[in-house]
Amino acid sequence: MVKVRIIPCLDVKNGRVVKGINFLDLVDAGDPVEQAKHYSENGADEICFLDISASIEKRDTMVNVVRKTANEVFIPLTVGGGISSLENIHSLLQAGADKVSINSAALKNPNIIKESSQYFGNQCIVVAVDVKKEKNDWFVYSHGGTNNTNKYALEWIEKVQELGAGEILLTSMDKDGTKSGFDLELLEKVSNFIKIPVIASGGVGKLEHFYEGVVRGKANALLAASVFHFNEISIKEVKEYLLEKEIEIRI
Amino acid sequence: MKFVTIVDYGSGNVLSAQKSFAKVASDNNLECKVIISNNLTDIKNSSHIVLPGQGAFATCMSGIKKSRGLVDELFEFAIIKKKPFLGICIGMQMLASYSEENGLHEGLGWIEGRIKALPLNNLKMPHMGWNSVKPQKENKLVNNVQDYYFVHSYYFDCENNENILAETQYGMNFTSIVGKENIYGVQFHPEKSSSQGLNLIKNFLN
Repeated sequence: MVKVRIIPCLDVKNGRVVKGINFLDLVDAGDPVEQAKHYSENGADEICFLDISASIEKRDTMVNVVRKTANEVFIPLTVGGGISSLENIHSLLQAGADKVSINSAALKNPNIIKESSQYFGNQCIVVAVDVKKEKNDWFVYSHGGTNNTNKYALEWIEKVQELGAGEILLTSMDKDGTKSGFDLELLEKVSNFIKIPVIASGGVGKLEHFYEGVVRGKANALLAASVFHFNEISIKEVKEYLLEKEIEIRI
Repeated sequence: MKFVTIVDYGSGNVLSAQKSFAKVASDNNLECKVIISNNLTDIKNSSHIVLPGQGAFATCMSGIKKSRGLVDELFEFAIIKKKPFLGICIGMQMLASYSEENGLHEGLGWIEGRIKALPLNNLKMPHMGWNSVKPQKENKLVNNVQDYYFVHSYYFDCENNENILAETQYGMNFTSIVGKENIYGVQFHPEKSSSQGLNLIKNFLN
């Protein structure tokens, strides 16, 4: 059977890593290529770059980063952050990205999901959904979790699937940064509800959280940032732990 | 001197395929040129051809047919001259006689079989991620169980068992490597499968 994927996520600003590995004597710790290479060599199943550059001009540097990464890293690469047009997607894929992750642009214009998945194939269109719980319902937030769209999360996710997304990157804003584990209730609901793979994000702090995300949350892939960057947990440890618990994993 | 051409017909991420072959060449000190091209002279002069493919089967087939003389030149290379040929993902599926993806579409027909939808069986589609490839008979690409990266929703239903070189389990056992003499096809992406993938590429080049 297909293995659960472990995905480290790196924040990149103006072509430099701003949230990434903090424990290693890399020649250039700000270099996204070196960090991606490090993770690839240490067992990551995919790499995710999140572009947090403030301006559109600076985002062009991301295309160069992707091109250089494709020279040296031979595992799938997903790029997200500020993607708003088919041209953006085209240039990133041409440069060597395997998938792009769309968030706010899809909320603004859902048709971009349909157009891009028809044009490039649904395998390369990931839709990122940032979710927050209010009262008893989950709502979708845009613009890095700052803006409540008042859309019900499950309704939006169903629509995203219908429009042709190949995968959902589901982030719980309530859990993000808390290190208290994934929002398992949300994750399980979404995983059971849709047919496309779900990448869980937000809240990992301990090894057990990865296990819960797979077994209770039924996630197909697990994304984490700070626990890896600060070497609190290594990808190897996660994989050995999951293997011990009889979860299928790539070693 | 080896000369690898990654066939360019407007399909997605061909750069990764080129980079991975170039990496294998430099890591193993192979004298090897790797280009992305649809030029007929390049195809003729190649020692190895790689046919990549992403997205929909019909789009890929029409892309390859649109490039004047390309299909004939590839036929000359693989079928007449019997030089080493590798199809990746949709590039593998195009080797089949037909595909059932969004209607019935004719393939190259070099390896008898049909492209069919993977059964849903409550599984996530596309089949995305790393999965084990189990060799079914001796072949030059893979000789033990290895994990490779897959992204697809359709599979190659081989007509002749002898063309099934390896299988993978996802709701069913499907053919993940096909082969017929000098022609190989892999459903997964060796160019995205880390050291295991690079190893397969090396085996193809040897």
